[in-house]
Amino acid sequence: MKPIVTVNTISRSKTKPIAVQLSLLLANGLRYLVLLLAALVILFPVLYALAVSLESAAESVAYPPVFIPTQLHWESYQKALETAPILRFITNSFIVSAVVTVGQIITASLAAYAFSFLDFPGRSYIFYAFLSTMMIPWEVTIIPNYFTIKELGWLDTYQGLSVPFLASAFGTFMLRQSFLTLPKQLFEAARIDGCGHFRFFLTMVLPLSRPALGTLAVYAFLMTYNQYLWPLLVTNSDVMRTVQIGLSMLQWDQAAAWNSMMAGVILVSIPTALLLVLGQKQLVRGLTKGAIKG
Amino acid sequence: MKRPMRQWRSLGTALLYLGPSLFIFSLFIFYPLIKSFRLSLHTTDLLGAEKQYVGFHQYVDIFTQGHFGQDLGVTLLFTAYTVIPGILISLLLAYIANWKLRGIGVFRTIFATPLVIAVASASLIWMMLFNPSAGVLNFFLQKIGLSSVNWLADPNWSLFSVSLVAVWRGLGFNTIVLLSGLQSVPEQLYESAKIDGAGPARTFLDITLPMLSPTLFFVFIVSVINALQAFGEINILTQGGPAEATTVIVYSIYREAFFNFNFSFASAQAIVLFLVIFLLTVLEFYVLEKKVFYR
Repeated sequence: MKPIVTVNTISRSKTKPIAVQLSLLLANGLRYLVLLLAALVILFPVLYALAVSLESAAESVAYPPVFIPTQLHWESYQKALETAPILRFITNSFIVSAVVTVGQIITASLAAYAFSFLDFPGRSYIFYAFLSTMMIPWEVTIIPNYFTIKELGWLDTYQGLSVPFLASAFGTFMLRQSFLTLPKQLFEAARIDGCGHFRFFLTMVLPLSRPALGTLAVYAFLMTYNQYLWPLLVTNSDVMRTVQIGLSMLQWDQAAAWNSMMAGVILVSIPTALLLVLGQKQLVRGLTKGAIKG
Repeated sequence: MKRPMRQWRSLGTALLYLGPSLFIFSLFIFYPLIKSFRLSLHTTDLLGAEKQYVGFHQYVDIFTQGHFGQDLGVTLLFTAYTVIPGILISLLLAYIANWKLRGIGVFRTIFATPLVIAVASASLIWMMLFNPSAGVLNFFLQKIGLSSVNWLADPNWSLFSVSLVAVWRGLGFNTIVLLSGLQSVPEQLYESAKIDGAGPARTFLDITLPMLSPTLFFVFIVSVINALQAFGEINILTQGGPAEATTVIVYSIYREAFFNFNFSFASAQAIVLFLVIFLLTVLEFYVLEKKVFYR
């Protein structure tokens, strides 16, 4: 059946009059033009930042603005690295994001397992309790949380930056959705074979849910890496600053011109940009999970 | 059939799995929510310890003294400035990103880029674009014969300017979500519309928009919540100024608590913010759910 269809479409397109083919070509050309223009507008701030980061200090403050550096000046990157311990900031953000990601995968997958495979009294109430945490804005709890971290002696530590985010209701829901798609017979067969809950969880549920786990990983990492208010509150030494807060060191340093500031911006954006390119499919799936109602 | 012993055992098992999450939620969400409310009913010392019970006095103060009313107005205006244009532009981007062309994946990735530029980075880049003397935005304005704008320092423009950054930052997320909403519209619907001779505008209004309404609804709710909680761009670009023109509630909470050490007053503001977000979300559900078309 399939080959016939293919042959059909090919022969049909061959018989199209030249005028139709031309107008199709023109329409597609126009579409590419629109896409290119939109891409340019969206990307302009980033492209311009990249250009400025490669300009000399004089070019970066020149008027009219210089959009394409006459010569590549890599020294602003060196300058940025000297002005602020940017690599240290990136490492900090990386450690915190990695810890939060792993933590969320563990806590959320365990909770999601309970909600999808265990039958216990009060299940729906506990489920609502999870649901309600998504309705509470983080800002509302931030003052008591600050005191909690302070009393624990966790200001300026990795624990202080990561522990409050080790559980995620969003992650639990996402994984629960995925776990519920696993066939029920799988569970029954495993039980008959005398497989306990935890072994079933580890050897069957987790491996079969790899895509969903990947989505949660990309999402959690990105969200943590991009945090701003919490790290601003709980860190105050340079060695513990995360990238988002550390960047402002470049902002307030009088010696730093636009070019080294933009070099810093580009440097700290590289990890997340890589994540976008590598994990785009996973990310899209994760972000749209809640959007499309089946 | 009911065997209580077995029920309790299953609850025990479940708690082993739910425990880690429940522990974190209790410590960092449930307890602080109650604590915030308690703080708002007391006066506090500089270390945040409760001094004296004052009931709802702080709440009365919020609405009668200071500029909470104004902050609330700024917050809602900021929300309006960011949510509506943000969704319209994203819808347009998602529409063109849904064209079936070779290499469209590259454009989709480009449209998603603002998502991975963190708020601090985005703010610094836009700070450069906003620069009144050498900035690119004024350069373009002059090119087309308009006069320069003092983007961040002019109270008439500053809220618009920080909104611009927030809109740009939101484009990535909104476009991705709307695009996948567009992709989930069954192809047959378009084909039958074509057979019926419907033009692109008709098709969009009668098929795409209704089928997209759940996704639009989701994007709308998330955008509103995000806008009500915006902080980073305001802290970096304007610090709430000039003349309080960009002091949103979250910024005011931050300033009251961590600069003025007025923790109870800040907590009362936080509780009101929670109620505002809660009520708006309920209202959105109530008003918009009816217009949403679920398959």
